[in-house]
Amino acid sequence: MSAPTLHGLILAGGLSTRMHRDKAALEYQGRSQLDRAFELASRHAAKVFVSVRADQTLDPTRAHRPMIVDSVAGEGPIVGIRSALAAHPQVAWLVLACDLPFLSDATIEYLVRERNAAGSAAGFATAYKSAHDGLPEPLCAIWEPAAAKALADYQAGGGHCPRKFLIRHGARLLEPQDARALDNVNTPEEYIQALSALSALSVRDKVTPMQLKIQYYALMREQAGRSEETLETSASTPAGLYEELVARYGFTLSREQLKVAVNSEFSDWSRPLKLGDAVVFIPPVAGG
Amino acid sequence: MHFRFTQTAIDTESARRELQTLSAGGYVSFEGWVRDLNEGQEVTRLEYEAFQELAVKEGDRIVAEALRRFPIKQALCIHRVGSLELGEMAVWVGVSSAHRGEAFDACRFIIDEVKHRVPIWKKEHYRSGDSGWVNCERCAAAPQHSHAHHHDRSGAPKSTESV
Repeated sequence: MSAPTLHGLILAGGLSTRMHRDKAALEYQGRSQLDRAFELASRHAAKVFVSVRADQTLDPTRAHRPMIVDSVAGEGPIVGIRSALAAHPQVAWLVLACDLPFLSDATIEYLVRERNAAGSAAGFATAYKSAHDGLPEPLCAIWEPAAAKALADYQAGGGHCPRKFLIRHGARLLEPQDARALDNVNTPEEYIQALSALSALSVRDKVTPMQLKIQYYALMREQAGRSEETLETSASTPAGLYEELVARYGFTLSREQLKVAVNSEFSDWSRPLKLGDAVVFIPPVAGG
Repeated sequence: MHFRFTQTAIDTESARRELQTLSAGGYVSFEGWVRDLNEGQEVTRLEYEAFQELAVKEGDRIVAEALRRFPIKQALCIHRVGSLELGEMAVWVGVSSAHRGEAFDACRFIIDEVKHRVPIWKKEHYRSGDSGWVNCERCAAAPQHSHAHHHDRSGAPKSTESV
């Protein structure tokens, strides 16, 4: 018997408490985490949806994607997974957290291949073992329709952790193919580390990140501790670049308070940046 | 060139002469001075900093707009940068025209637009030993507070002006 059709579910309903801002909107190589995860899932699943809380349906990072809104009570990823299983009861779900910047096509391909090979014997889920502790990784996993009732019972019994559910009920577990593939990014420090690790990978793959010249003025000069620098970045727009620099220097001004100039002329935040562009972020002015 | 920066005291006499023309019946000027009190804090000196390359372009555009909008003869704006003591002149605007009404209007337009649009920043140093970038520090301390800042041209008159 062949396995149920596979859809993708990107979990983007988290509160990003430790990151202090919406993780789904963080950019890597010029694209938001949510877009990267969505596009990755789209290459392996028939349809892809973003899992959101009811209060996130109008959020601009999410609103242009097909969504599955939380329909069961409770909090955390288990609610997103259960809501997807409830919305499409015949479908299996490739569930991906949106905060896994190192996730690759190879990692997903292997997961899908192993799950399909098991067919209807896949049980409740197919998941990787954590490279760190060997426990199942529920947020880069394929959840089968059969898991719906067991998950409901588990949650009714006070359970809320999808990992503990998989430990208790058993999942088809795969050895990690790449130790870092499932590393997630929860804090500004981890974000900076992931950005530089990804730039290093791009260099290895001959995709040279762009060099830009950045000048700082006034409060931002003091917070950056420099008046200019030449920076290698994977950001493709001033908006993405500012995200990177906030993570690096802890600028206190929000993007809404700033204007931006490229090559000494005011610019849109979404203008594509080119090699060698000179970028200046302009804090609220106070001449006169 | 209708807008420029200077590191040294603004020479208003020579600036005024640049506006003189026989078709002008008069001239209006505005001088902005460093004041000793802002938002209840005693100010001891100011530092002005500008992103000069863009500031000169934007300042020029403002004065060119004034020359299009008002029937005036000449207009010029000069802004100081660097460290300024109390009482020193931070900015000068001059407009010459055939009649006084449009000269007042154009002068007001230019100083208002310069304050809103030109990338110039000022840091106030206070008697208390504290210091702060005007329009930046308080906003940053309360980012959830919705406020009109100097990019918002429709905003109410700003309480942080030094002039």
